[in-house]
Parts: sequence; structure tokens; C-alpha cells
Amino acid sequence: MVIDLNLLLPEIFTGLLGVGLLVLFFLWRGEGVVRAIGYLAAVGLAVAAVLAYGTVALDTSTLQGTWLADPLAGYFKVVFLLSGVMVALLSLSYLERLGESLAEFFILLVFLTLSMMVVISAGDLITLYLALEFQVITFAIMIGYRRREGAATEAALKYILLNAFSSAILLFGLSLLFGLSGTVDISGIAAAVSAGSPQPALYLAVIFVLAGLAFKVSLVPFHMWTPDVYQGAPTPITGFLAAGSKAAGFALLIRLFLTIFAPVSTVWTTVFVVLSVLTIILGNFVAVPQTNMKRLLAYASVGSAGYMIMGLIAADVTGVEGVLFYAFMNVLAILGAFGVAVVFANATGRDDIEAYAGLSKRSPLLALVMLLSTLSIAGIPGLAGFVAKFVIFWAIIDKGLVALALLGVVMSIVAVFYFLRIAKVMYVFEPKEETPIRVAPAARIVLVASMVLTLVLGIYPAPPLDLAREVALAVLR
Amino acid sequence: MNGIPLLSIILLAPLVGALVIMALREDLHIRVVAAVASAVSLVASLYVYANYDNARGGMQFTETVPWIDQLGVAYSLGVDGISLPLVLLTAIVIFAGVFASWTGIRERVKEFHVALLVLVTGVFGVFMARDLFFFLVFYEIAVIPMYILIAVWGSTRKLYGAMKLTIYLLVGSAFLIVGVIAVFLASGTGSFDIATLASVQYDEGFQKFAYLLFLFGFGVLAALWPFHTWSPDGHVAAPTAVSMLHAGVLMKLGAYGLLRVGLWVTPEGAQAWAPLVATLAVIGSVYGAMVAMAQRDMKFVIGYSSVSHMGFVLFGLAGINALSLNGAVTQMFAHGVMTALFFALVGLIYDKAHTRHMPDLGGLARQMPKVAAAFVIAGLASLGLPGLINFVAEFLIFVGSYQVYPVRAVLAVSSIVVTAAYVLRVAKWVFFGPPVEKWAGLTDARGVEMVPIVLLVGTLVVFGFFPSLMTGLIDTGIVSLLEHIGPIQLGGSF
Repeated sequence: MVIDLNLLLPEIFTGLLGVGLLVLFFLWRGEGVVRAIGYLAAVGLAVAAVLAYGTVALDTSTLQGTWLADPLAGYFKVVFLLSGVMVALLSLSYLERLGESLAEFFILLVFLTLSMMVVISAGDLITLYLALEFQVITFAIMIGYRRREGAATEAALKYILLNAFSSAILLFGLSLLFGLSGTVDISGIAAAVSAGSPQPALYLAVIFVLAGLAFKVSLVPFHMWTPDVYQGAPTPITGFLAAGSKAAGFALLIRLFLTIFAPVSTVWTTVFVVLSVLTIILGNFVAVPQTNMKRLLAYASVGSAGYMIMGLIAADVTGVEGVLFYAFMNVLAILGAFGVAVVFANATGRDDIEAYAGLSKRSPLLALVMLLSTLSIAGIPGLAGFVAKFVIFWAIIDKGLVALALLGVVMSIVAVFYFLRIAKVMYVFEPKEETPIRVAPAARIVLVASMVLTLVLGIYPAPPLDLAREVALAVLR
Repeated sequence: MNGIPLLSIILLAPLVGALVIMALREDLHIRVVAAVASAVSLVASLYVYANYDNARGGMQFTETVPWIDQLGVAYSLGVDGISLPLVLLTAIVIFAGVFASWTGIRERVKEFHVALLVLVTGVFGVFMARDLFFFLVFYEIAVIPMYILIAVWGSTRKLYGAMKLTIYLLVGSAFLIVGVIAVFLASGTGSFDIATLASVQYDEGFQKFAYLLFLFGFGVLAALWPFHTWSPDGHVAAPTAVSMLHAGVLMKLGAYGLLRVGLWVTPEGAQAWAPLVATLAVIGSVYGAMVAMAQRDMKFVIGYSSVSHMGFVLFGLAGINALSLNGAVTQMFAHGVMTALFFALVGLIYDKAHTRHMPDLGGLARQMPKVAAAFVIAGLASLGLPGLINFVAEFLIFVGSYQVYPVRAVLAVSSIVVTAAYVLRVAKWVFFGPPVEKWAGLTDARGVEMVPIVLLVGTLVVFGFFPSLMTGLIDTGIVSLLEHIGPIQLGGSF
């Protein structure tokens, strides 16, 4: 059997990067090792992103179908790695708040990114499940990284318990699929399922898999863990949860629901419509009274999942394209917003919105990035978020769901409302202290890059949109 | 003249100005750059206006660059007899607005001018876009900077006014987004080009549905009664230049959208809803005038008078005949100039006296003869005195709409009487009457403060004496619009 290792090149590189950094850390315990490892992790992940971009055009599999190298996997790997790079650079501005064992933080981050890459390339259910667990456990460690703080350990425990719960539900659904088809191979299951008429067990599998994954992307009512975990985790990791982990969940939803569950799509689209309505309403309304920046962004991120799921409701090329583009723009916008929170918390030690008073005077850059990132999440035209929502609304209006689209747009206005309250605090209120906030170079790169891309893609989104369309066409072929 | 992208210059000059300003530190430099940027737009607009070929009509000075192929979006600009007057209006008002902020804005000058110029870019974009996607994008670019401008540099319940305005306008645009996507999908053309979308014959039920979405979306911005309440609050809270732009230009975006998108793309829908629009417009114009009568804050008077005058515009739009539409577009231009002048003058008085409460003021004509004279001219324009462009506009609207809605036209005309009453009442309270000791030290407008006054009064008078300069241009746009939508029978009920 010939194994084409080129198909695994991004993963092999990322794995070696993690191991190499670990070895480096053992050998060199000198001054400045933490920063060196942080920068090396960022650069390494960026190189891996370039390698992953090279695999987007592939459409094949290896290791007897266990490993998929298709456009969907390639696209999402780029998304994961980009968020990994941004999180690594942001974490360098958060070291003072991180406590001890700093170098391991970056090494774990590399492995965490690797786990997401394996999730989306998994061609059979066993690999898929193992990769998901790899991801959950690594995330749990990183969420509880500030182990001397109560909120952090609580968040880690909540995350691991609720994810164990959801994993069990998902696993049960996956076992039903194995029972139905006699294989763990995703394409094999898809072939077996679409061969005969759908059996009741398939509906059951749909519900269990859906519930398990709804936890991961925090759709209402499976979102309860999100605010507490988002608040308790170190802020860069919160950003990674909202950008990378959410994208991984949606990648998996696309992978499973548009292949295996395609024959029973009428059932799950109805369920998704209900979940979407609940998610956008609750996510946005509950965000309104929040006083903590991380909790507010957590609810906003819950709301985002409600919009992304609309693309799956449409279940056509335009819809999938919308989800793909949304995942990419979400990385820029949510990491821009969390990036500001990272720098701000590191300088002031505070996360409450009140503390942001007069930020525009203390650091015009931070205030502007926060304003544009949040407005992009809300979907204001001229920013990347609008294009993503526009494509998704287009897809569902095309399916006749005008009312859902209208509800979606109206809920975006609720989002504008609470984001403008942040703008008001930053721009109108007087600062309690005048000391300027310095933005370290690493974080500055992330903030400026995300802001510029959010603006440019809002006006000229053609290149990533064209790529997303090609990937979507490949998914639905 | 095809070599130079004039419309892009008009559009992008303010944006480039904003970028340059970001790098500057001195307040004076910032003001000069803002003035230069808006002057470039103004000169280019005047050039386009002077060189527009009335005989040929239609979209001219067009520019097209393919933008997002898979969505059918193109960066395409153009002006015709309907949009060109509004482009010119925007250029005049922003140029005046920069000078009106010269002495009034002292804090955070840099951020103010950046936001102001970005906002104006959005407004220019709406009036020049021939692509519905870009139309929407520009439309919203005009909304968000408004929030910051009012919330930071405003007065009188500024946070409330700013948030109310933003939420109203965004709710309106929510309907627009859905309407635009629906029309795009129903057309099956795969293009967002407005002319292409308009060339499709949609079935009547869909047109009624789509126009209702447009009516609500654009109606909010045009202060259609009963969705107008954001407008006086917003005007009062906003700093002078923003009130000028807002009442002068931004509210016209709504009426323009109804004309360019609503009437052009879904004419049968417009026809079906026109009687309702006419009724609401008349209520708005009478109600606005009545409420203006009862105000004591000068800015509230002007704010409600804008609601009243926008009622005339919408009434003209509802008439859907050559005369009434001609009048509606002329009124958009005339009201824009007039109300900008009003707000500039009120801002001047407020900057000096720090109050707009009319009973406290009095006899200011002694200290401020120039301001008083300009105010009286604006007031006379407001009540439609012949010799000023507003008279032409209102005359056309009423003659045109009378043929369709005679009873409502008479009611609308009656609001002019109320207008006369409240305008004269303001003039009496503020400028005439017994002098108040406290205000003896006030100085008249001078230096740069005279720029907006001279420019705006001049515009009112020039086009008032030579209305054909404007109506001839507008007529070419209206004629091609009516040719496109074909004969429409309206009214007759009462």
C-alpha cells in the first residue's frame, strides 16, 4: 500500500513543530525562552497555514479512506491555522496574566490546532471521535491554565464535564450509524444510507449527532456552558474557542449532514430552523444586559452560530459558501474583539465594560479595532461580516424562508444596539484614568491585520468568496 | 471627458481627506484638509452639473468596474437628472458644513472630521451607485458615523437621540436588505445592476410585497409619518454640521431610494401603495407643522419643519406624474439647502449665546444683522415665497398631486399657512422684539462663519430666479423614469 505523505504534510509539520518546541524548551531554560517559543509557534503555524493552503485544491483520500484531503478539509485547516497564529501572537501580550508554566502554553496551542486539523480530515468515525477528544482535553487544560483562580478551574471543569456529556451523546449517534451500515467509513456510511429507504434508527442518529455537535458550536439550548467558560478562560483561549473551535464544529456539521444525512434533510432542516430562531433571539437578547466584555462577546458568539446554521438550512452551494466565508470572517472579527480585550486586560487587569470608559483617548487603535470588529460581527455593510450574512440570507430567501431572514436581520440590529453601547463607553464617556495603553508589537500586528482585512473584505470580498464557492461546489458534488 | 473618473473623484475625495486627516495633528491643518477635500467634491460636482447633457438625458459620466462576479456586483456609478441635483446638494452642504464646524467644534477635531467625511462618502455613494449592492453598502456607511458624531459632539439628550436614530434607521435598512435580496432572486438576472433589475416584469403580488419592504425601509429615513420621531430628536442632539447634513441630505436618501429603487424597479407596487403614502405624507406635513408651532427650542422647530417638508416630498412622490415627481426632486434640493442654512444659523447663535430656548432670546437682529437677514431669507424659502427655489418645488408638487388627490392636496397646502406662522414666530422671538441686556455683547457672523451663509443663501436665490437651471435637468430624469414605468392611472377616489 502506498501512503502519500504529502497529503498529511500540514499535520506532520505542525506535529513536528509542537515536538520541536517541547525539545527546545527542555534544552534551553534561559532568559527569553518563553517569548522565543511564542514567536516560533506563531511563525510555525503560519508556515503550516501556507502548506495547508496548498492542499485546498486536492480532492483525494489516503490510509484506506481514513484520511481525507479534500477542499473542505483544506479550507478549514487554513482557518484553524490562521486563528492559531493570531492567538499565539495575542498570548504574547497576555503573559503577565497567565501565571507560571508559560512556554507550555504555546506548545499546547500548537497541539490544539493540530487536533482541529485532524478532526476535519478524519475520514472515518473512529479517527473523528479520537480527534474530537484530543481537542476537548487540550482545550480543557488551556481553559484552566490559571489554575490558582477559581473562575478558571470552574470553567475548565464545566467545559470538560459538559463536553464529556455531549461527546457521549455524539458517540451514541455515531454507533447507531455503524449499526446501520456496518462500516465506520464516512463515505461508506453515506453510500449505505442513501441506498435504501431511511430507517427510524437513522432519524435517531440524526438527533443524537446533531445534539452532540450543537454543544460544540453552542446552539441554544445547548449553549449553557458558553458564557461561564468564555469568562473564566484566559482571554486568548476564549478567542480561540469562539473562532477556531466554532469553525471546527461547523466544518463537522457540513461534513456529516451534507453527506451521510443528506437523504433525510427535510427532518434536520426543520430542527435547524427551530435552533436557529432560538439561537439568534436568545444569543442577542441576553447579550444586551451583560456588563462583562467576555460574557457579552460570548453571547454575541452564540448568536453568530445561529446565523451560520442558516447556511446549512439552505443546504445548497450558496448556503455552504456563506458558512465557509462566515467562519473565515468570524476569525478576523472575533479575534479582533478578543484581541482588544486581551491587551486591555493585560494592561488594566479588568474585563468589565465599565472599565473601557474613554478607551478612545487612552488608545485610539484599541477603540477603533473594537468598534469595527464588533460592527462586523453585527453585520454592518462595508465590513466583512455583512458579506457573510448577505450570502447566507440570500441562500435562505432563495429557499423561501423570507421570515427567517427578516428575523435574522432584525436580530442583527439588537447586536448593533449592544455593540454601540460599547462604542458609547469607549468614545463618549470620560476615562477614569488617562494613562495611555501601550500595545505590544505582536498584538499590534494581529489587531491591525484583522482590522484592515475586515475593512478590505467588506468592500472587496471576491478572492475568499470565490475560494469558498469552489469549496462549496466540491462539498456538494 | 471619459478619461477622468469624475464621479469617483467626487466620491473618494472626502475619503482620501479622512485618511490624510488621520495622520495630522494640528487642528487648523485638519480643518484645511477637510475644506480642501470637500471643495474638490464641490468643484467636480459643479463641473459634472455644467457638463451634463440635458438633451441626451439618462445616466451620464458612467463608470463600471466588475467587482464580485459571482454575486453579479459591479462598482458602477452614474448620474441622471434625478441624482445629479442631489449630488450637487450634498457637495454644497458638506462644504458649508466644514466651515460651520470651524469655530463650533473644538474638542477631538480630528475624529470629528474623519467621521464627517466618511459619512459624506456614503451619501455621495448612494446618490451615484447604479448597483444595488453598493447602494446598500453606501447607505449604511452613512448611518454608523452618524451615531458617533451625535453621541460624542452632540447636545441635548445626545446619547438618547443618537441611539434612537441609529436603531430606527437600522430597522429600516433591515427591510431593505431583505427587499433587495428578494428582488435580486425574483429577477433571475444574476445581477445587482439597478437598470437590469428594473427591466424585468415582476408579477403584481411580488411587486406589492417588495415595495412595501422598500416603503418601510426608505420611509423611515425619509421621516414618513408615523416613523418620523427619530428625526427631530436626532437633529436636536446633533452638532451643527451633522444637523445640516442630516436634515439637508440624509433624509433625502430615503426619498431618493423610494424613487430610484421603489418606483423604478417595482412600479406596480408603488402604484398600489401610493394612496397610502399620500395620506401618510399629508398627515406628516400637517402634523409636523403643528408640532413645530408648539416648540420653544429653535432646533426642534427646524427639526419638525423638516418632517413637514419631507411630507411634501413624499406627497409629490405619491402623485407619480411628471409635475409632482419633478416637484418632489426639486423640493429635495430646495429643502436641503434651506434646512442646512437654518441649522447653520441656529448653530451660530447657539455657539455664541449657548442657548436655543427662544423665550430667552430676543432682539438679536441688532447685534447680528447678517444672521437675522439670512434667517429671514431661509424662513421665506420655507413658507414658499416666489423668487426662491422652494416656491417652484412646492408649486409643482401641489399642481401635480392635485390632479390625483385633490382633497389631500388642499390639506397639504394648508400646512404652508402654519409654516408661515411658526417661521415668523421664531423670527419675532429671536431676532426682533425688545432687546435683551444679556445678549448685548454677541457678535455677528464674520470671517469663515460667513462661508456657509453666503453659499447657501446664494444657492437659494440663484436657483430661485432661474429655476429652469434645476428643473430642466430634473425633467430629463423624470421623463425617462415615466417612459420606463409606462402610463399609471392613479387616484380619483377623493
